[in-house]
Amino acid sequence: MGTCPEYIVEHMHNYLDGDISREHEQELKKHLQECSACQQHMHELSDTIAFVKSAAQVETPKNLEAMIMAQLPKPKTRFGVQKWLRQHPFLIAAAVFCLFMSAALFSHFNDDQQFSVTKQPNLVVDGQTVIVPKGEVVKGDIVVRNGDIVVEGEVDGNITVINGRYMASTAMVSGQIDEINESFEWLWYKVKTLVNDVFTLDTTIDDE
Amino acid sequence: MDALLNKRIKQVLKGDQNAFADIVSLYQSRLYQVCYRMLGNKQEAEDITQEAFVRAYINLHTFDQKRKFSTWLYRIATNLCIDRIRKKKPDYYLDAEVAGTEGLNMYSQIATNEPLPVEQVEEMELQERVHYEISRLPEKYRMIIVLKYIEELSLQEISEIVDMPIGTVKTRLHRGREALRKQLKNL
Repeated sequence: MGTCPEYIVEHMHNYLDGDISREHEQELKKHLQECSACQQHMHELSDTIAFVKSAAQVETPKNLEAMIMAQLPKPKTRFGVQKWLRQHPFLIAAAVFCLFMSAALFSHFNDDQQFSVTKQPNLVVDGQTVIVPKGEVVKGDIVVRNGDIVVEGEVDGNITVINGRYMASTAMVSGQIDEINESFEWLWYKVKTLVNDVFTLDTTIDDE
Repeated sequence: MDALLNKRIKQVLKGDQNAFADIVSLYQSRLYQVCYRMLGNKQEAEDITQEAFVRAYINLHTFDQKRKFSTWLYRIATNLCIDRIRKKKPDYYLDAEVAGTEGLNMYSQIATNEPLPVEQVEEMELQERVHYEISRLPEKYRMIIVLKYIEELSLQEISEIVDMPIGTVKTRLHRGREALRKQLKNL
């Protein structure tokens, strides 16, 4: 066989792979008829394949499936939560926003125990009491924190009292009067002003 | 079958672990065959088959459902087999027990001229010989021979499983056949 061209063996393998051109196949057949060594080689290869193919299917262990299922990582609840979080990013963003907002507002409410009042001309401040003197007209809104307000004159605007009281008898107030004493009301007030501000902004833009 | 398989894969991905049992029962036998022929013994074949399925379960989200699931699964298993083989030292000693057999060492593999008493035993002996001859092949040929002639996969599929060009697969198949032919000739 030493004298046979090497491509004959290659043809044999291609033939066994079912991947041989018609010319090569004829070339191979012709050669095999003439060369007993190559014929022998071809037979051995076919036998080899038959030999491997005779390998019987080994029986799968009976408990293999159960073993595999038992080894699977347990679906963790943490995983479930994470999945849920990942699936609802907007909700999470909103919740985080609300959390921070309310925290900021409440802390603001609690920290801010100092007396303060909106600066307006002709307001009289007596300790923690703001007085709108008789005969005076205050133009604009007044916000009093942690103090009371007594209106004896006129106010052309809204009055807001936070953590305090509004006291008036014959006063003239053209706007709204709000008294806020609870955290919740404080929050509600904040939200309301925010919304109002937004609308005012809108209308201002519209006006322009 | 593909529709059912895809359904099961989706169920598993949604967190239904039990749906994976159907996938296992569908493929366990095929994977076990490959592992057994590659590794040569039943215990390791069982270990690696299990590990392959567990990995498939964990990484199922990375499987592209447009592709063939069996190819993906075979690939996980064959990679694990190769890793396992490379970790092992070559351990062929004549008095070592033949992998996958009980109380049979390499001395008993040497052919004798004594006729076998029962035909059934003859059949068994053939199976042991086949197994032994396959396990003697260099691993890179063994893989291709096993996938081609035990699993009866196409060259295209084999090339995808072992992640090699089809030309390389063919070369290895040819060399594997030649190596096996020489082994059988010497027996």
